[in-house]
Amino acid sequence: MTGSARAGGYRRNAFVLSLAVGVVGVTFGVFAAEAGLSLAKAMAMSLFVFTGASQFASVSVIDGGGNPVSAVGSALLLAARNTLYGPVVAPTLRVRGWRRFPAAQFVIDETTAMATAEDDPDTGRRSFWFTAGWLFVLWNAGTAVGVVAGNAVGDPAAWGLDAAFPAAFVALILPHLRRRAGRTAAALGGLIALVAIPLVPAGVPILLAAFAVLPALRVAEPLPAAGEGEP
Amino acid sequence: MSWTMIAVLAVGAYAWKALGLVVLGGRTLGPRAAALATLLPAALFSALIVVMTVADDDALVLDARVVGVAAGAVAAWRRAPFVVVVLVAMAATAAARALA
Repeated sequence: MTGSARAGGYRRNAFVLSLAVGVVGVTFGVFAAEAGLSLAKAMAMSLFVFTGASQFASVSVIDGGGNPVSAVGSALLLAARNTLYGPVVAPTLRVRGWRRFPAAQFVIDETTAMATAEDDPDTGRRSFWFTAGWLFVLWNAGTAVGVVAGNAVGDPAAWGLDAAFPAAFVALILPHLRRRAGRTAAALGGLIALVAIPLVPAGVPILLAAFAVLPALRVAEPLPAAGEGEP
Repeated sequence: MSWTMIAVLAVGAYAWKALGLVVLGGRTLGPRAAALATLLPAALFSALIVVMTVADDDALVLDARVVGVAAGAVAAWRRAPFVVVVLVAMAATAAARALA
């Protein structure tokens, strides 16, 4: 069973996820405006940095009186995990030539999770681009609304928005847990993050969790022969 | 926040993504590397779930998020549609916060 068959269609899922991201975009716009960013600067962040956690982190360091170097440093540490998503989605996306350069801008948590929750590579590719499109539009629209209209969404924590994302990723990780190696990678990755959170700067726990794949590979079922392909 | 800083952030964040998709993703992976790449989402998204659920910067915090994510996980396990999983998690977290 594919992720979308269980979860009701990747188009709808992409929209739901992007809608939640759009609401967070409003809170980013409000936060950026409070920290003194103009509409142009806030929009430049959402259009070109396009990495939510990094945007919040850098604005928060500056707003707290921190220096620009540490603001950029902590933001880029949070963004580093996107590098690990590249080799994961590349076989699914199969973009060639110059198109790889614009495509790279959209390789983030949500698009990678939506693409890899699908068993069929063609569905995975469509799911990636559907998510990328909605997410980009709604994240930027949300940012603009937040800067211009102010806090139109109240306190998102009061209606539990911060739990929407981890829960969404729980739904998206389930297809990876069908095999023993995937379950091992997930268990060890989560454990590594849990131990690392108090010890290393934000962003690094997720990078360290990548090492979970090494022991997980040892419990993997034998690979299918070349050309046989995954079912 | 200066324009220079925004430019550095934009270039830096994009450089990570391009390094991943264009440089690392541009290679043809051997069977072992391909198997490792297949396992990466499980490891990374599990870590992301943990971070989003119990981390507050570099502190471990057990708050209403845990209740919501647990409720969402049960819904996902019971094969509820994606939107239901998200709404259940939000409702449980909001309820836990309202009661606290």
